Amino acid sequence: MSRADEPSDSNEAGESNGRACAMSKGPAPPLTIDVGAIASDAVAQARPDLVTRPTGRAVRAAIEVRISRIARSPSVSLLDFTRVRILDFSCADEVVAKLLVRYMRRDRPREAFFLFRAVGDIHRHAVEEVLGRHGLAAVCDLGGGYELLGSATEEERTAWRTLEHRGRISLSELAAEFGEQGVPVIRGLADRRVAWCGRRGDARALSEIARNP
Amino acid sequence: MRVIEVPASLDYRNVEVLYRQCGADDAGPVLFDARRLSWIDPNGMLLLLAAGKVAARSGTLPRISLPAQQEVTEYLDRMGFHHAAAGIFKSGVRRRRRSHSVSDVLLEITPVTTNSDVHDVVDRVQSRAGAILSNTLHYPPSAVVRFSVILSEVCQNVIEHAEAPGWVAAQAYNWRKRLGRHVAVIAVSDLGCGFRASLEAEHAARFGDRWGDATALEAAFLLGLTRFADTGRGQGIQQIRKQVGRWHGILSIRSGTARIADTPDWSSRPPLEEGLTRFPGSQINIILPERIG
Repeated sequence: MSRADEPSDSNEAGESNGRACAMSKGPAPPLTIDVGAIASDAVAQARPDLVTRPTGRAVRAAIEVRISRIARSPSVSLLDFTRVRILDFSCADEVVAKLLVRYMRRDRPREAFFLFRAVGDIHRHAVEEVLGRHGLAAVCDLGGGYELLGSATEEERTAWRTLEHRGRISLSELAAEFGEQGVPVIRGLADRRVAWCGRRGDARALSEIARNP
Repeated sequence: MRVIEVPASLDYRNVEVLYRQCGADDAGPVLFDARRLSWIDPNGMLLLLAAGKVAARSGTLPRISLPAQQEVTEYLDRMGFHHAAAGIFKSGVRRRRRSHSVSDVLLEITPVTTNSDVHDVVDRVQSRAGAILSNTLHYPPSAVVRFSVILSEVCQNVIEHAEAPGWVAAQAYNWRKRLGRHVAVIAVSDLGCGFRASLEAEHAARFGDRWGDATALEAAFLLGLTRFADTGRGQGIQQIRKQVGRWHGILSIRSGTARIADTPDWSSRPPLEEGLTRFPGSQINIILPERIG
């Protein structure tokens, strides 16, 4: 799907703070993508090891194909690492960082958000390193619930935690909770693909969307 | 015929003895006389293979006289040396079938040519490294994944930067006299373009007259520079440095005429050596000591 195929109201998504939040329609039901299965089936000869950059590129390409088949935009995809036995830095750079970068860019193929599920101890270090290197953040289930990993200001983290705790926040609640900086901070999180904003200014946590699409 | 005397002990500490005898520019038939060899680690084994390949560039395959001590020859066999050496040395190496039985070897000499080889290395190590890392080196259970990641990144360095095939090997030893501890030794070697040539087009200009093998190693090792413009590149070596540092290990890279290293307090090796005998490609050495306390 090209940008021209997307709903017209999604074209502003990801642009600078101060613009209206991008999404007007609700997101599509979440798609769960078994990253280990992709690695095993398509790339690494039946081994769920996410190692080497070419493997990472191939897995990312397979993920993008699956996302492109989602009928509605925007969408939230759950990238499930449960079966990934090992994740090296090169692969994490391709599968996590470059995927996020691609869907944050203005020329992104569609409106896509990501939750990284079952990011265990064996994956977390690589994921955090590549996020930090690119200045990115990602919503990751580390086993005890979703957390914001990667680069974020204290303001962003506080806003994200509040949103994650509540699930949804309306425009008026945002202003009451965070003052006049609340709305731009939440919009910034949406620009960074770690929160979702509706046209009326209300915000939803990605995990809440996954639970209640 | 030029005879290269392989020292009785050939490990990471004295590989320079062999480098000095194997200048890349020497021509003519070569015999590697390893009859006196009584101790060798993965660094020594990969150097013998690399030196044999370099000697073969003269047009004649070199010969090798294998160690007189049977236990050394058997150890070389268990490490896959004879298998790897077939086709590099003219004779004196009996190509033996690789055993698929349970091995005490952490990682036999394994060619690194494609990304599939890296997957093979990671797969093999994950099934073997757990017991050695936990029981011998007393690392936590999660160490096997981090160890595998180190191997993956270091092998990818060969494929992506050397633009030539290489080898990797690893083994655990009891350094009772030397350190009073067990260690795991990982060696990776290639005969590719080396760090200087790999980085030259992108970075030589900014270093001006300082550019050379040592500067190129500093650029990659200390600054994380890479020939790729991509932000995500160059982190492999940085991450290996971090992890090896956490385990109080040694990481050294020799390329061209220089060697750079992160050394813990138990090692007396200098952080940078220059003016070494020129040798093609890059040679990486990682030593991980047993955890104490």
